[in-house]
Amino acid sequence: MAILEVENVHTYYGHIHALKGLSLTVEQGEIVTLIGANGAGKTTTLNTISGLLRPREGRIRLRGEDLTTIPPHEIVARGVVQVPEGRRVFARLTVQENLEMGAYVQKDSRRVREGIERVFTLFPRLKERRQQLAGTLSGGEQQMLAMGRALMAQPKVLLLDEPSMGLAPVLVDSIFATIKRLNDDGATILLVEQNARMALQIAHRGYVLQTGEVVLSDTGENLRQNEMVRKAYLGIQ
Amino acid sequence: MYTSLTEKLIDWSIALYLWGFRIIVVLIVVIGTVLTLIGGKYNSQQWIDFVVFGIAQGSIYALIALGYTMVYGILRMINFAHGEIFMSGAFSAYFVASALEQSGFLDQNPLVALVLIMLVAMAASTGIALLVERVAYRPLRQAPRLVPLISAIGASFFLQYTFRGLFGPGVYAYPVVELLQGEWTFFGINILKAQVVVTIAAVLMMLGLYTIVMRTKIGKAMRAVSEDKATAALMGINVDRVIVTTFALGAAMAGVAGVLYALVFRQVNFFMGFVPGIKAFTSAVLGGVGNIPGAMLGGLFLGIFESLGPALFLESLGIVAPYQLKDAIAFTMLVLVLIFRPSGILGEKLTAKKA
Repeated sequence: MAILEVENVHTYYGHIHALKGLSLTVEQGEIVTLIGANGAGKTTTLNTISGLLRPREGRIRLRGEDLTTIPPHEIVARGVVQVPEGRRVFARLTVQENLEMGAYVQKDSRRVREGIERVFTLFPRLKERRQQLAGTLSGGEQQMLAMGRALMAQPKVLLLDEPSMGLAPVLVDSIFATIKRLNDDGATILLVEQNARMALQIAHRGYVLQTGEVVLSDTGENLRQNEMVRKAYLGIQ
Repeated sequence: MYTSLTEKLIDWSIALYLWGFRIIVVLIVVIGTVLTLIGGKYNSQQWIDFVVFGIAQGSIYALIALGYTMVYGILRMINFAHGEIFMSGAFSAYFVASALEQSGFLDQNPLVALVLIMLVAMAASTGIALLVERVAYRPLRQAPRLVPLISAIGASFFLQYTFRGLFGPGVYAYPVVELLQGEWTFFGINILKAQVVVTIAAVLMMLGLYTIVMRTKIGKAMRAVSEDKATAALMGINVDRVIVTTFALGAAMAGVAGVLYALVFRQVNFFMGFVPGIKAFTSAVLGGVGNIPGAMLGGLFLGIFESLGPALFLESLGIVAPYQLKDAIAFTMLVLVLIFRPSGILGEKLTAKKA
């Protein structure tokens, strides 16, 4: 059984029909990517899974348990954690406090400390800056912090929304290497990216979204070879 | 960018008006102060009395202002019912205080009794604040910003007239605590005991609150929610619970402030929350609304300024009843701050995201 199942989901912003019967699945240990143009519904999909938006129809299940009517903070407690678009670190909290907020659902303070140490092993830069306000970090460091913060909740499924957005190319490589590494360590990841080229290189499978619908789904490898994907999203003639 | 002549004229006249306003205010303060100091009408003990009273009064404003500023920080909403939350605390504690006085407990164990009175005030204020949040604000959380503001004004009137209906429009005399009567002498300066105790109690409460906000898990969550509610929810923070906690903490501070106010002025009345509420709101704006140290500073500043102001610069200008202008001074301050530093003393510039 898939760890995360999205089934025939319809989400609206007021009268705007943003997701039109979207379905997808993520298996344990996979990286699955959603690619598509601006406004295709990628972020909407993640926010619907996270419970920030409520679907009018359809079901979202985590290992068979229905998440559709559960509030966002309880979805986090069940193990679906999102790194939002634009990083959204708490600028006026220190690096350490941001990580503590990521572990908000964790009651055991010893586990919180262990989690912080794990994040610092993954991102040594954050350790140097642990008492600094997050707002003073560079874009790349903020992305590390945002990912580290999400890892603090010990996610079963990690939702990443545009992790490479606004970063210098060298940082983009390092972020994707980190995603790959997290996955090698066993993390299940649903990745939304504008940078389809990079995303399809590390993804096991991918879905192509257009105006709120899945128009194509295949393995990462096959999508990279696909004529339509090459033209529309990889910029290859 | 192209600006027409009329637009320039308008800009200039606004600038001229603002500068005129600045100059007039500064002249009044400077001339008044100089005349007073030359006249030597008050001796140093009297000046100290003004300042000490100002500090006591100001620390009460500061305690109330915390509630305004914390709720604003989290919901970007002015809780106009907060003055009534303060009144509810003082009023409820009155009944306990007079019962304790009649039984003689207040005179036998004044400290225990005072703590008891404060706990009752905190409980009453918190209970009423949570009720108001649940009934009048939470259902309107997604509504345009004007809507909860109107609801807050409604809640404010509702509480005032509920207390008036239940207990009448009269003034109830607060029991006198013998322990707080008289003066203490420090280094040859006489200071009213009540004012010392009020100031110390208020400062302790503020330190406690500041520690909660800066050090505890729920305090950090409050700061996280005030920055970004959606992301806080994505981190597993129960945003509604954090909002409720914010209201509860602010209300507990207002409850204590209510008792302290009653200790200084020795009376309660259904309308007593209105003016201190507005003054505390002014303090919050003075300090930079949303900023906790700012609210404390703003409260103290306003308290001292309005206590000192009439004697310092109004009396010598030949104003007949300068002490009646206390409130006018407070609100002139508000207008001045709004004109010249809209973000307050410690406030940051409002960015487009926050405004």
